[in-house]
Amino acid sequence: MSDVAVSPGTDPYRLGHHPHPPGHSHGHGHDGDEATGHGEGGPASKRIVVAYGFWIFLLSDIIMFSAFFATYAVLVDATAGGPTGQDLFGLTRVAIETAALLTSSFACGLAMIASQVRNHLWTQIGLLATGLLGLVFLALELQEFAIMIAEGAGPARSAFLSAFFALVGLHGLHVFSGLLWLGTMMAQVAVKGFHPRILRRLMCFSLFWHALDIIWVALFTVVYLIGTTS
Amino acid sequence: MLGKLTWAAIPFDQPIPLAASGLMIVVMLVVLVWVVAKGYVPYLWREWITSVDHKRIGVMYTLMAMVMLLRGFVDALMMRTQQAVAFQSQGYLPPDHYNQIFSAHGTIMIFFVAMPFVIGLMNVVVPLQLGVRDVAFPTLNSVSFWLAASGMLLINVSLVVGEFSQAGWLAYPPLSELQYSPGVGVDYYIWALQISGAGTLMTGINLVTTILKMRAPGMSYLRMPMFCWTSLASNLLIVAAFPILTATLAMLALDRYLGFHFFTNEAGGNMMMYVNLIWIWGHPEVYILILPVFGVFSEVISTFSSKPLFGYRSMVLATMSICVLSFLVWLHHFFTMGAGANVNAVFGIATMIIAVPTGVKVFNWLFTMYGGRVRFTSPVLWTIGFMVTFVIGGMTGVLMAVPPADFLVHNSLFLVAHFHNVIIGGVLFGAFAGYTYWFPKAFGFTLDERLGKLAFWLWIIGFYLAFMPLYVVGLLGMTRRMQHYDVPQWRPWLLLAAVGALFILAGIVAQAAQLWVSIRDRGRLRDVFGDPWDGRSLEWATTSPPPAFNFAVLPNVEDEEPYWGIKQRALAEQRLIQEPDYEAIEMPRNSPTGVVTAFFTTIMGFALIWHIWWMVLLGLVGAFATFVVFAWRDVDEYEIPAEEVARLDRERRRLREEALATLRQPA
Repeated sequence: MSDVAVSPGTDPYRLGHHPHPPGHSHGHGHDGDEATGHGEGGPASKRIVVAYGFWIFLLSDIIMFSAFFATYAVLVDATAGGPTGQDLFGLTRVAIETAALLTSSFACGLAMIASQVRNHLWTQIGLLATGLLGLVFLALELQEFAIMIAEGAGPARSAFLSAFFALVGLHGLHVFSGLLWLGTMMAQVAVKGFHPRILRRLMCFSLFWHALDIIWVALFTVVYLIGTTS
Repeated sequence: MLGKLTWAAIPFDQPIPLAASGLMIVVMLVVLVWVVAKGYVPYLWREWITSVDHKRIGVMYTLMAMVMLLRGFVDALMMRTQQAVAFQSQGYLPPDHYNQIFSAHGTIMIFFVAMPFVIGLMNVVVPLQLGVRDVAFPTLNSVSFWLAASGMLLINVSLVVGEFSQAGWLAYPPLSELQYSPGVGVDYYIWALQISGAGTLMTGINLVTTILKMRAPGMSYLRMPMFCWTSLASNLLIVAAFPILTATLAMLALDRYLGFHFFTNEAGGNMMMYVNLIWIWGHPEVYILILPVFGVFSEVISTFSSKPLFGYRSMVLATMSICVLSFLVWLHHFFTMGAGANVNAVFGIATMIIAVPTGVKVFNWLFTMYGGRVRFTSPVLWTIGFMVTFVIGGMTGVLMAVPPADFLVHNSLFLVAHFHNVIIGGVLFGAFAGYTYWFPKAFGFTLDERLGKLAFWLWIIGFYLAFMPLYVVGLLGMTRRMQHYDVPQWRPWLLLAAVGALFILAGIVAQAAQLWVSIRDRGRLRDVFGDPWDGRSLEWATTSPPPAFNFAVLPNVEDEEPYWGIKQRALAEQRLIQEPDYEAIEMPRNSPTGVVTAFFTTIMGFALIWHIWWMVLLGLVGAFATFVVFAWRDVDEYEIPAEEVARLDRERRRLREEALATLRQPA
């Protein structure tokens, strides 16, 4: 992040409270500047540390998805005489789902911009739009699951369907957890305002929400596009 | 109302588990009553249970590991005695009980002994060596610990309520599927590991962030102590491997709970997918355990040889090579799967390549000792014992990396001997070395050396007696996990192995005695100056035990061995560095978040095992509510006033001045 070294007067992101740029204090460990232990001198600022840690978490989450992707790839042909992807998947629904999820990420981005200029109203509107679009996505996905199960193509039908429900369902579970988190964040913003701690959490939430998009793009391609064309 | 849970779950008809669990409950009650009667509860709650201090959490991890070592070792003793007597007879353990014992032994030793031991050491030491005040996310650290404790609790509950898995420590399907394991044993296994695994993942994230983003001023990557490097490699592996374990066990759970067909025999399930996935986690896992102790040995051997570590940069490179290579060898655990000669050859060669960086490390340790003034303290004995033993284990490992040779010894006791050779001779010896080495840092007094050395000799003799015979019976064709056998040629070796287990028992008794004697004689063993071994890295720059904030001002790092440099300058100039201007320090406040979360996850895990669905929901809602409450708090730090910091640090400086004066005499 190149904006680390911005001096405090011109620090639009309130990155830290460096009395001087961080590089400067190397070799001056006895200034007492690093007395809080959070950001000055050696250790990075709290914002950097939190974002960095959250990125590591996201990477680990993506690895978990990769295990489900690999399993899906292995089991995709193990239909046990049951329906295949071509029989089951409807691209119209998936297109709407994709549009809803990507738009919700856009709304999330707008909410983050609003939070950076400390606009309370637009932050909440952006978060609300994010949440509603996420709900639309989730409702469509659950409806698809319900239809498939009603047709006798539930997860217990074949290994292929097990892998499908687990992979898509895991993403859905992430969206659901994201919505819970989002609700908590909206309440925190409403009650606590733009405290640095709240802003850090908003940043993590937006990273999480965008990561779900990336996974959805992979999922959409591997499961639905390849599944209906091959 | 209570799902599958009935009175039948308590093993009233089986005397051994009933007596064992009865004893465990009595011991727990006695400890509990003693704690309450002595009025220690508020102290424990304030200073330990809710503590977010990395040193306290590390100590609790280590304590958990040592308690669980006793449990796992009792399982081991039962197996050794069973195989000693079960020649042409059924022995004293019925098959379904014996199966539970070897499954529990493996699961406990890896997940609840080796893991907490190395995580405990990393927790105590890494922030101190980096010269910082805590890990990146202190409260998360506490949550990690309590999730591990929650998993541990569940696995011990299985002794009393219901049963444990009989499917081995990795629960291969189809045996672990509902069809062949209809009981709750595998469910205990799944949820204990899922909950503690989530905690381990959080530890990984926490320590990676700590090491990469929070270091004392001037500590560049190539100035980090070796233990920090190996901890970094280990935690990177945790972050990359544990999600796969979570995914794999989640799939097994879906199979068992909702009739999915990932790994079943029917409907297209593919059980080899499980074996692949579990080893994609499982192979890195053994490096997650061994890499930190490689770091311990590096610290120990350099300190006690009074020399810088030989080939520091090659050591860093070797560590990171092992970190990457560990992900490329998983298939060597099942060459017999039938992947074909070419695939087996690739994985066999990749496996042998790992021996190269490992060999680099062994030579570096030897060259560190060469020309040094080696002090043969008990950590050094553990290290030398490790080097000899681990090389033998490594050689049998490379032997088994040759696929045709592996076909002959696959699933035999030769393999069992091999991995005990590297895990006991590597991980456990390293954990003991680290425990002895850093004990004074954590508690302010050293461990008794006489009993420590006795424990070492008993352990190493016991190890060779217990496991060398297993190599032999493995070559004689004995497969692992046998409840009884009829081959007379195996008998003497198994009797010898049982004798070895008794030596190890004596070693454990010696260690317990060592702890007891050391606490009793703590006045005599006091580490006054905070640098009992003439150390070289920053943990020895502060007092033993360190203050909550570790360092009054973050130390300034100017070379590869930061504290050694500071110490030499102080000796040369005959004075300490000038007193800094003390400022107030903000430290994270204690929080019950971890223990409350673990309370709810334990409820949730137990409810999932017994299909008590309302209780699952209760656990989930409770865990979520805990997080919201935690997120809501306004004050998450407290301030240690500048005068207090100054008072503590001036006391440290006074002691250092005294130490300087005594060191000045001979020169």
